[in-house]
Amino acid sequence: MFLEWVASLIGEEPIELYILLVFMIAAAIIAVEIEDLLSSIVAVGAVGLGLSITFLTLKAPDLAIVQLVVEILCLIILIRATIKRDITQVKGRQRFITILTSLTFIVLFLVLAWSSLKNLPEFGYPIMKVAKNYLGEGLARTGATNLVTSVILDFRAYDTLGEVTVLFAAIIGALAVLRKIGRK
Amino acid sequence: MSNKPIKSNEKGMTLIVKTITRFTVGLILLFGIYIVLHGHLSPGGGFAGGVIIALSFIHLMLAFGKEVALKKLSQSMASFFESLGAIIFISIAVLGFLGGYFFLNFLNKGEAFQLFSAGIIPLANIAIGFKVGAGLFAVLLGLVLLKIGGKE
Amino acid sequence: MIYLLCLILFCVGLYCIITKRNLIKIIIGIGIVEYAINLFFILIAYRIRGRAPILAQDQVIENMVDPLPQAIVLTAIVIGLAVTALLVAIAIRIYEKYGTFDIEKIKRLKG
Repeated sequence: MFLEWVASLIGEEPIELYILLVFMIAAAIIAVEIEDLLSSIVAVGAVGLGLSITFLTLKAPDLAIVQLVVEILCLIILIRATIKRDITQVKGRQRFITILTSLTFIVLFLVLAWSSLKNLPEFGYPIMKVAKNYLGEGLARTGATNLVTSVILDFRAYDTLGEVTVLFAAIIGALAVLRKIGRK
Repeated sequence: MSNKPIKSNEKGMTLIVKTITRFTVGLILLFGIYIVLHGHLSPGGGFAGGVIIALSFIHLMLAFGKEVALKKLSQSMASFFESLGAIIFISIAVLGFLGGYFFLNFLNKGEAFQLFSAGIIPLANIAIGFKVGAGLFAVLLGLVLLKIGGKE
Repeated sequence: MIYLLCLILFCVGLYCIITKRNLIKIIIGIGIVEYAINLFFILIAYRIRGRAPILAQDQVIENMVDPLPQAIVLTAIVIGLAVTALLVAIAIRIYEKYGTFDIEKIKRLKG
């Protein structure tokens, strides 16, 4: 009875996607609620690695590679921020009114999002008006067999130029905050 | 047989980690270069390969201490390589004006499924790989070096 | 239905950003929100029984998934890493100056 209801809810969507998403949500809740900061960072690493496998399930191998290596570097940076600090335990309770406000906001957000999700195309059947063009003419016009790369560096290279500028600004900002010269 | 940890004057981790690092760090760097160069044929590209290259240097730094990694690539050199990558990327884009417009694929497309094909895409991948790898390594060096000049 | 689980992941991160008082926890919350947004893009691009958008030699592949959201998200992930590094740098600087990660104490010290 219950299994039939679940099966009707899932339809023909791949079941492993649900398992991975539930795992990620559980890891995220642990990362938010646990008191030790180091354990929290390890839990957020679990979310990121689960996301990497999810990308692989969703047929995006480029993203799986990038997410895997980025997650490792992200873990190193976050551990560098917490280790050897005096306080690694989160103490003190949150105010009740803050939790109440945020929960109200989240419920409102979910209701609005649920009503707007009905206008999206059904899962598994995207519209692909622009992408049909890219898939058909990609090899002839750019010569690259990896179509994601041909979109990044040829069809939408302006977009990549903007992203590279943002990356440059973020790295220069971090280096400027961390500089040694000129400090008191 | 005493159970004491081996005392050594060198910085960094234990002997086991250092020995394994000597074997693996070159392979990781090679894999990053492979991912960058084959970005237009298989999954990967400049962003993924750049992060892997940065990780190989970070691996060296974590195992041997920061002095060894700084000898290979100092922070000012890393910043220089980052700027160099950005300049190469912009130059490739501007060279498109030779044929008509910004970001024109002006080189010969070549034969599909070959390493030397797809015009400017491998060059742009190399530029982005330089930029991402050097930039992220510079940021991590900044985070590590801060401890020296920190509060005492 | 799968979109709803993705939105719940987003809400977990949002709850963390709003209610927690520790700076590192807030950075973690921002990371979780980022993951949820990236996942939502790729979920929209998926096709049932689709193939990865990479051509293969000597065969014609029908029903590839949409490569456009993948290209957008690919750059967004690396930007997210750089932004995390920037946030961590600022947090370490704040810790050096005030000796705590608690945002309410920092506010009180500043006056």
